[in-house]
This record gives sequence, C-alpha cells and structure tokens, in this order.
Amino acid sequence: MAAPSFTVTPLQNVKEQKFSPYVNNGGTTLAVAGPDFCVVAADTRLSDGGYGISSRTVPKVTKLTDKCVIATSGMQGDMITLHKTLKARLVMYEHQNGKPMSTTAIAQLLSNTLYYKRFFPYYTFNVIGGIDDDGVGVAYSYDAVGSFERVKYSSSGTGQQLVQPILDNQLGRKHHHVPTTAAPVNMTVEDSEALVRDVFNSAGERDIYTGDFVDIYTITKDGVKTSKAELKFD
Amino acid sequence: MNRSQYDGDITIFSPQGKIFQIEYAMEAVKQGSASVGLKSKDFAIVVGLKRASSELGAFQPKVFKIDDHIGIAVAGLIADARGLSKYMRSETLNYKFVYDSPMQVGRLVTQLSDKSQAHTQRYGRRPYGVGLLVVGYDQTGAHLYETSPSGVFYDFKAQAIGARSQSARTYLEKHYESFAECPLEDLIKHGLYALRETLPNTETLSTKNCTVGVVGLHKSFDIIEGERLKPYLDAIEETSGSTETTTTDAEMKD
Repeated sequence: MAAPSFTVTPLQNVKEQKFSPYVNNGGTTLAVAGPDFCVVAADTRLSDGGYGISSRTVPKVTKLTDKCVIATSGMQGDMITLHKTLKARLVMYEHQNGKPMSTTAIAQLLSNTLYYKRFFPYYTFNVIGGIDDDGVGVAYSYDAVGSFERVKYSSSGTGQQLVQPILDNQLGRKHHHVPTTAAPVNMTVEDSEALVRDVFNSAGERDIYTGDFVDIYTITKDGVKTSKAELKFD
Repeated sequence: MNRSQYDGDITIFSPQGKIFQIEYAMEAVKQGSASVGLKSKDFAIVVGLKRASSELGAFQPKVFKIDDHIGIAVAGLIADARGLSKYMRSETLNYKFVYDSPMQVGRLVTQLSDKSQAHTQRYGRRPYGVGLLVVGYDQTGAHLYETSPSGVFYDFKAQAIGARSQSARTYLEKHYESFAECPLEDLIKHGLYALRETLPNTETLSTKNCTVGVVGLHKSFDIIEGERLKPYLDAIEETSGSTETTTTDAEMKD
C-alpha cells in the first residue's frame, strides 16, 4: 500500500501580523553653530508613517535652558518622552547644583540617557544646539543609541540626505570648484537663518515628510529667540 | 520638664493623652532660628533669619526652592529640612511629569504631613525635627502653610516659627488685615519688620543673616538674599519706628 501523501499549501489571504513598537513620524531637523550663536531648526509636519499627514503644526524643538535647545526627529512618542525626561533631569540638576546645566553637560546627559535604553532604544534622531560656557556656538549630533559628536553643523531626519550635502557645501566649503563661491569663514546670524530657510524649502521639495512650517530657534548670549517660516503644504 | 515616666518612647502615651516624644520634637522647632511667612491675594513670602555656628562660619540657608511655584522656610534640625525638601522636590517633579501641570500646594503639604505622621507611629523611627513654612501659588491663589513634626498642618494668613517667634506673631497680628491688598514690596517690608521683632537688641538684620523667598502671580519662586536684599533692608531702616519693640524678659530667654 502506498504511503499517503500530503501536500501542505500555505493559507491564502492571511497575513501574519506583528506588533511593531516603532513608527517614523518623519521630519527634518538641523543645527548650525556660529562663533557666538547657534541656529536650530525643525519642520513641524507629523506624518502617520505612510502618505498621510497627522498634523502640520507639531513642534519638534524644545528649549532646555537659555543657552541650549534640542531638536528631534523620528518617533513622536519617544521624542515627547525624551524631552520630558531631559527637562526633569535639568530641574534636578539645578536643585542639587544651584545653577543651570551647561550645554556641554546636557550633551553628555543626552548621550547617557539614550544609551541607557540601548536594548529598546528611543527611536529618535537628535541634534543639540546652543552656546557653551565661554559663549561659543556649539552643535552636537546623535544617533538613536547615544553616539554623539560635537560639530559645526548637523542635520537629522527624513530630509537628512538632502540637507547634509548642502550644509557640507555651504558651511563646510566642500567641493567648491569656483573658489569665489565659498561661504565666508564666519556667517552672521541673519545669513545663517536665511540659509536655514532655503535649506528647508529645498528639502521640502523632494522629501514628502518635510514641509508645512519650520520653527527656527536662534541662541545667543542674550537668550533664545524663535521664529516660524512657512513651507509648502504639499 | 520632668515628665520622664512617659517620655521614653514614641509609642507611649501619657495619662493626659500626650506623646512626649512628639512634644520634644516640636521643641527642636522652637529652638531653631526664626522664620516668618505671610501672604497677600497674589503673593506669598517667607523671611528667614540665618544662623552662623560661629564668627568663622557661613550662615545656614533657611529658604529652599521646591518648584517654580513652591518654596519653604525651615526652623529646627536643618538636616531633616534638607531631607524633606528632597522629598518635596521629587514629588512636585514627578507630578509635573505625569500631569503636565504644577502640583497644588495643599496636596503637597498633605502628603508631607502624612509622611511626618508615619514617623510618629512606628517603632524605631523618630519624628522629623523640623517645622516648615510652605509658601506657594497655584490655581486657587496664594498659600501659606505651617507643618510640624507631629504631622498636623495649618493654613495661615501669616505665621512665625522658631526662637522668639512670639514677638513676630504679635507684629503680624497687628498688621495682618492689611496684607491681602498689600503690594509685594510692602509685604516684604512687613515680613522684615516682623522678623526684626525676634532679634535681641544687640543684633540687627543684615544682608548676611537674612533671606527672603517670594512666589506669586506671574512670579516664579525667587530667593532674595545678599546684595539684592539691601534695598529692602535700607527701606525698613528709614522707618524703624513702625512698631514698638516689645521684647520682654521672658522672650529674651533662650
């Protein structure tokens, strides 16, 4: 008697569901450090992870002290919690030490906070901008688990690949074949803000997750000023 | 104070229904240097007299910030005060994190008093040896509370605690009806006058031994001391005859 043969066919029209704790709500951030100032900017579009827009007016930037500002792209839920956690740690520091945290200390704190969740990370891409204790402009850029580096300029988010090369060219004066087009050694606050607006408009053209409005924060020794610029709504 | 039969432990009542260990803890508050608290409709302030252990030493801080809208002045065991302010700071910070809203002053004071009470009903735990004047401003306006090692708390319009505080209370009783509508500068002057009543004739208020904490409508808790206090001290110097000094012999005794 022949052994019965069975063939197993996969069930049709059944997809295996798996819960993902992460979603990318999109958006682009950047920070540009000058000799005595820093400009930090982020768009305000919140996407639903696909083609939809959940909101056009959700801020990605939080002022931490009069000298330091953090901008975060990635998952909105993790961003909010991360910013809340940092603000609480800043209050504790000020109670214990009698003075606000310096920008360099905050930079280290953020790195430690991110690495603390090395095995269930905050889905966040951060940049910190501000001025240090000597009044010099600083910018720091991070990966999701806390690796960070002090830089002159940095960008993160869905538009990073569109923005970073422009910053490399304009601020890092890279790949200039016509020397006269090189940006001056030290840009003024106004020129940096204008560059930031141009950069966001360019990114918004090609990145569907970037657009609507951009919050621009300018940190100087006189404190933090903010302004809002319009981007395209498409 | 010969009550030695019933004062050996926190768990023993006297035949009169008192627990002497708690009374003794409250004595620690009475021996601490004076603190005065008062409030108007929009502001609540504390004024503290700092003590230095010797001429060589710095003056102990008396006023602590708890949150942007709450501060305290203390009298008694300062180490216990630091422990309690750590607790209060942690509670207000957690509340802010969870509810995105400043904690109500009365709620914090209730929690603190419950914690103090727990220390009066446990074998092996001693009561806190510090009294606090808690000032704050929240949705229901300006607040002033006094807390005590016994675990009770009181809502006050004005109060003074610590050594020779009765003299300050006498001043406050005379003037408290004008506090509600008082502008902030005058409120601070009242606080300084009240505190000055607690000083013996040989001492004066100075930028070294005095500290003021202010909180209220559109004003985060701010500690005014050192040079910043000078204009207020100068202002009360000019009108030093505002009240008669009524320090009697009984009050002068420590």
